[in-house]
Amino acid sequence: MQSDQLDYFPILMQLVLAVGFVVATIIGSSFLGPKRSSKNKDKNFECGIESVGNARMPFSVKYFLVAILFVLFDVEVIFMYPWAVNFREMGWMGLAKMGIFMFLLVVGFFYVMKKKGLEWE
Amino acid sequence: MSDSKVNIVDAPEGIAGEGFFATKLSDVVGMARANSLWPLPFATSCCGIEFMATMASHYDVARFGSERMSFSPRQADMLLVMGTIAKKMAPILRQVYEQMAEPRWVIAVGACASSGGIFDTYSVLQGIDKVIPVDVYVPGCPPRPEQILDGIMRLQDLVRSESVRRRSSPEYTELLASYNIK
Repeated sequence: MQSDQLDYFPILMQLVLAVGFVVATIIGSSFLGPKRSSKNKDKNFECGIESVGNARMPFSVKYFLVAILFVLFDVEVIFMYPWAVNFREMGWMGLAKMGIFMFLLVVGFFYVMKKKGLEWE
Repeated sequence: MSDSKVNIVDAPEGIAGEGFFATKLSDVVGMARANSLWPLPFATSCCGIEFMATMASHYDVARFGSERMSFSPRQADMLLVMGTIAKKMAPILRQVYEQMAEPRWVIAVGACASSGGIFDTYSVLQGIDKVIPVDVYVPGCPPRPEQILDGIMRLQDLVRSESVRRRSSPEYTELLASYNIK
């Protein structure tokens, strides 16, 4: 049993060699290669202009909220186009179905208004 | 392929034999660098318009291995300064040059970039070599695309003969230090 497990030792060695070679060359090349670095060179490239502030700056969630609400009601309008094209074929049944769909979204719209989702200040 | 007009660069001087070719590393590196100079256009005036013609199909700078215009200094080899550089623009130009990866070369295209040109006033930098080291000057106001191509070919000659050790030499460090670039 003991000798069976020892037979697998070369595989472990090969694994260590493969991983070790990759890690060693990556680390080694960063030490061996010539390089020139300075404070100015390592700065973010902003077309040569001094950058102001930090890119990780929080901005108002209102932008996101308005954008998402826009997408929601935009899609609603898109659904109305095929209905308008097939208005006669779908008849009263289609009107009722669209009415339910619109009603659900209008409920959502009133919810947004009540929650003051569209108030900018 | 008999009517192909593709020119292939000749191999550098070396010893050729059955299945092997031996030459100097600096020759091979120089050849590779010279034929793949990626330009970073820094166009501020009318010379930039001439450079647009140089890039386009008629003059086609891509024939010289400069197909890819780089608009970030990180992957550029050749900074082409085309146009009047005002003194307010000088630190910006220097910052762009400093952020380029080594090895880097500079061509001053046109009279303004080379010497200030007709703008001999308080507000205009009298030549970009006041702020960054320049390898090739292209005269003209503005120069024709042929002249810009000639400038690029002259730079190729410089690049081809540049030693691979030049950028780590004390002379080069001294040159950069004289421009206050670390």
